Amino acid sequence: MTALDQETPIIELRGVDKWYGDFHVLRNINLDVAKGERVVVCGPSGSGKSTMIRCINRLEDHQRGQIIVAGIELTSDVKNVEAIRREVGMVFQQFNLFPHLTVLENLTLAPIWVRKMPKKEADETARLYLERVRIPEQADKYPGQLSGGQQQRVAIARSLCMKPEIMLFDEPTSALDPEMIKEVLDVMIELAEEGMTMVCVTHEMGFARTVADTMVFMDRGEIVERGPPKEFFANPKSDRTKLFLSQILAH
Amino acid sequence: MTDVTQQLPLAIEPPPRAASGLIGWLRANLFSSAFNSILTLLGVAFLAMTIPPFIRWAVVDAVWSAPNSRACAGAGACWAFIHEKFRFILFGTYPYEEQWRPFWAVLIFLALILASCDRRLWGRRLVLLWLAGLAVVGVLMWGEVFGLSYVGTELWSGLPLTLIIAVVGIAFAFPLAILLALGRRSRLPAVRTICVAYIELIRGVPLITVLFMASVMLPLFLPTGVTIDKLLRAQVALILFAAAYLAEVIRGGLQAIPRGQIEAADALGLGYWQRTRLIVLPQALAMVIPPLVNTFIGTFKDTTLVIIIGLFDLLGTINASLNDANWRGTSVEAYVFAAVFYFCFCFFMSRYSYMLEREFNKGRRR
Repeated sequence: MTALDQETPIIELRGVDKWYGDFHVLRNINLDVAKGERVVVCGPSGSGKSTMIRCINRLEDHQRGQIIVAGIELTSDVKNVEAIRREVGMVFQQFNLFPHLTVLENLTLAPIWVRKMPKKEADETARLYLERVRIPEQADKYPGQLSGGQQQRVAIARSLCMKPEIMLFDEPTSALDPEMIKEVLDVMIELAEEGMTMVCVTHEMGFARTVADTMVFMDRGEIVERGPPKEFFANPKSDRTKLFLSQILAH
Repeated sequence: MTDVTQQLPLAIEPPPRAASGLIGWLRANLFSSAFNSILTLLGVAFLAMTIPPFIRWAVVDAVWSAPNSRACAGAGACWAFIHEKFRFILFGTYPYEEQWRPFWAVLIFLALILASCDRRLWGRRLVLLWLAGLAVVGVLMWGEVFGLSYVGTELWSGLPLTLIIAVVGIAFAFPLAILLALGRRSRLPAVRTICVAYIELIRGVPLITVLFMASVMLPLFLPTGVTIDKLLRAQVALILFAAAYLAEVIRGGLQAIPRGQIEAADALGLGYWQRTRLIVLPQALAMVIPPLVNTFIGTFKDTTLVIIIGLFDLLGTINASLNDANWRGTSVEAYVFAAVFYFCFCFFMSRYSYMLEREFNKGRRR
């Protein structure tokens, strides 16, 4: 991870705090992600990991501290926010495909309307990415006609069509049937191997071991521990991390 | 020897056949229990008592042509009345020699409505078609250009008036309602307050009151010498009224859109209006087609209330024909005719809405 740290980080969180009403959901979060770095965030439910990555493209706003993505600071300025969202792709737990549009239309919508790409070019790009997530034959179906794993792969392709610099994954496999998890993880591993900057909230520790440059463990709104996966899994420093790892790796 | 359990896949069997044929259908649907059998027999008896007399009145004994209502006396329905007054009912007080103009206007309306049913025409082309059609209707009705004589809106009446008020009313109320519904969910407090106040105010007042305000009170507030056309005032009143109801229907659809849809649109970098137009409205409107059409049908029938401020729509001209001393006692025929007319239009709208629902819910079908 030394090589990565020398560049200026593409995502910087500096002393970020956030409250839901009185509930202090993020506490003094500091995190740097370098270009090309793969960060896996884990932690018990309610620890603030989803909230943190949703702050990176401002689906949630923070109340204190600074978040700087690709050199642009996230403020309430709508233009800034939209500029960052164009460069940051996001994959949700519940897929969130647009059910009234075909798979192809889901993929071409943002390139056409946000990037002002000609329709023909957008179609070609979309088919290329469908090929890459291995479902080119589903282009003209509606999302409701696909399995969960296929839908999630469409969602990944939809984000990739915007050619983002960063991909955020918010528990991408948690809503899937067990036999479909692998097909989604395979696509994500490929993406990681191509050098995409990724921040991924997941409980898939096998995936984390394979692709992560950095593991981040969160608990009760704080980043408790971070480090390269080998060290993180072999000898965790904090007791909370040990407890969490023993719970999820026990069986 | 070991037990081998089912090496081959189980044979695929057809589903068990239900009792088929006419007898089977009758038994299943009409005589499935003693109670249902009694209901069936009562229903048949009721139909036997009501339908034959109605047919005798409306068809068998009906008088199709007669000089006046006395010639119909003692017989069935006096359709001679409708026959005699048909042209007046359709076009009312529009100058007699010029009535080919409203006739074509009506045909253009019907053609536009039918064209809207064709899925292939949807989009910008259909909007242009409507604008062109409405322009031609306007020229035909008003005149004063292309050698047509001028006919003021105070003479417009009957079927064209009904169609104009209804179609223009719905066409303008619908976009206004979308803006009101979006405004009511806006994050900007001023916008939200204005929309809530508007919707609640209009919904709290009967349409008749709104029409009266438009026709009686509004002129009192205008400086002397300034007049606004009575038809225009009624039209605006109906638009404002219908928009408030439609806005609430549309808001129902907006609320049913899952939060994830909006987040996904945001995460892709779509702006508010793009998100609303491409993601939110198509889904929200498709969901509320049944109540939406319900409100459209209500608005269509509400147009009959313009009679209260002295505009003669189709029901108005029917009422006026009843005042003829030669045709006393024909009000039943007149109102049956009106009912059939309104039913045809409303039934068409409801069938049209079924078609739209099927069209828009393609994505949800598995």
